[in-house]
Amino acid sequence: MATTTEAGFTDKSKPDSTSLLSIRSVAKHFGKNIVLRDISLEIAEGEFLTILGESGSGKTTLLRILAGFEQPTSGEVWMQGERLDTQPPYRRRVNTVFQHYALFPHMTVEQNVGYGLQVAKRPAEEIKSRVAEALAKVKMSTFAKSKPSKISGGQQQRIALARALVNRPRLLLLDEPLSALDANLRREMQVELKALQREVGITFIFVTHDQEEAMVMSDRIALLRSGELEQVASPREIYHRPATSYTAQFIGHTNLLYADVRQGTAMCDRLVWPTSLPDGSALFSLRPECIRLARIAPPAIGSANPLSNIRFRATLRDQAFHGATDLLHVESDGGLILTIRIASHDLPNSKAPLEFEFSAADAIPVRDSDNKNEERR
Amino acid sequence: MSTSSSSSSIKTSRWLAFHALLVFAFLYLPIAILILYSFNGQGVGGFPPRNLTLSWYRILFSDAPIWDSVLNSLLVAAAAMLIALLFGIPAALAVDRANFPGKALFRRLVLLPLILPGIITGLSLLMLFRVAEVKLSLLTIILGHGTALISVATTKVFAGLQKLNRAQEEASLDLGATYWQTFWRITVPNLKLSIIGAALLIFTLSMDEIAVSFFLIGRDNTLPLEIWGRLRRGITPEINAISTIIFMFSLLTIVVWYRLRTRAEVTPEIGAELVETAGRS
Repeated sequence: MATTTEAGFTDKSKPDSTSLLSIRSVAKHFGKNIVLRDISLEIAEGEFLTILGESGSGKTTLLRILAGFEQPTSGEVWMQGERLDTQPPYRRRVNTVFQHYALFPHMTVEQNVGYGLQVAKRPAEEIKSRVAEALAKVKMSTFAKSKPSKISGGQQQRIALARALVNRPRLLLLDEPLSALDANLRREMQVELKALQREVGITFIFVTHDQEEAMVMSDRIALLRSGELEQVASPREIYHRPATSYTAQFIGHTNLLYADVRQGTAMCDRLVWPTSLPDGSALFSLRPECIRLARIAPPAIGSANPLSNIRFRATLRDQAFHGATDLLHVESDGGLILTIRIASHDLPNSKAPLEFEFSAADAIPVRDSDNKNEERR
Repeated sequence: MSTSSSSSSIKTSRWLAFHALLVFAFLYLPIAILILYSFNGQGVGGFPPRNLTLSWYRILFSDAPIWDSVLNSLLVAAAAMLIALLFGIPAALAVDRANFPGKALFRRLVLLPLILPGIITGLSLLMLFRVAEVKLSLLTIILGHGTALISVATTKVFAGLQKLNRAQEEASLDLGATYWQTFWRITVPNLKLSIIGAALLIFTLSMDEIAVSFFLIGRDNTLPLEIWGRLRRGITPEINAISTIIFMFSLLTIVVWYRLRTRAEVTPEIGAELVETAGRS
């Protein structure tokens, strides 16, 4: 049942002892439509967690349950020993940055940021100084008296952030806050947001469908797929050690190799490499950048275990220039189509087969996501 | 080939322009003539109007019954507006966001008086007041207008609610405001324009309402009924004069409404455009 989340790589996906938020077997149904099923997740104090998933994966629903706009059909949410899911949104020490910012159009920037403090009936001087401080933090002090409609999308974004942070929440929820910005501003804001999170030390739960964004910003990524957690791990781990074929394909590109394992040897087409898996069929993920052009001369005898360096011949189908790297599509002698990423390099445009190699250690066994009942071998 | 088709399209467009002119004349010529004849020195007859004069207005201003009826009408319109808003705004909120059994039916029934002929509303209310033994007076007219115009308030405010960004209300709750605080601080300010629009519309509709008033009238006349009563005794340009004043008043209301709307809606858009162009350069 819980195998999906553990996936064999437990050390980093387990929370520290200082857990802030605990999501326990949360499910959400809208009528017959099951949006979330059995989500369990611990979020540590000061962590930057990204909930990553395609549209319709249930990530926004999960966020809305944490904010208090939706009630879980079953399961519980706890924050530091207190039940959270039974509280109305205005009693939670949780604030949200909405996807389209949801600034109040009839108030100035200053009034927007001060809104939370004002309804909490804080003294006027305190409101004034804290609003000024929050605006300074997001570099928007000069716009204090503007109406939201008079500032740009990126600036509105900053105001939404200030409006949430000024209340010093325990937890900040961000619902695809960068999706409306153009690419350059977006990259800029990713870095800025991450820096801000480190500075204020507040736990961030960030929802996005953009895997690159998730990788750049997060301490941990929780990958959601059709309402279930596919894998929870640090960006590096989730990239280098994907637990399932879905994870491997969603995060970055990969080659999926369906192999037959016999006596410690995996065989896929004419490729053969050593593995510790038991006999039977298995699925491996091999990242395009783990395959390289082999040097013409075979490696010197005794330099490495020849079995761990797998060589094969393939013909180039096409080559796409991506700046620093080139993406190749090749067809191996056995008819296997592989994607390969190499440092940008003009290859001779001939039909002559080329020699490639990869390390056996880079072929990562993954669970087949399309076949959920199959047990992991 | 192409020339003949383009010349035929020119013909069509000319014909359409002429048609538009006819429609325009059909709509506004009677009003123009009504206004013109309020200055006619020779009574209602005779073309063209001669001996232009302001004497009809002088007579009008010293005509106490007319002004009594104007006051009655203003009173009725103001009270009906209050009633309609008081019931119409919660109804709009209910239709927009509450979920209750029979909601779809409720929604249709609330809007029904918009289509229902005034005769039916008037007659049914008259029968109700008879059964309840309520004496017909201005109060019955107020109640009649108020109930008949609830649907106008509901439709207008509902349209405003549909345009309202719900995320704003969620943001308010998220920032610690209760549902009640959110309603007053976020929902109502965003609906202000719709509510003012509904109020103006209800006011003018009530001012010139005849059918419902006709059934519910007591001893005090509203302005339209006063005018109608006088017409039966023969038309004088004094009626044209009061009609002209009503027309001007309506025009003023419309202008005020448009000014309010453009100030509230267009300015931010222009602002956003300016910011965008500034950001680009």
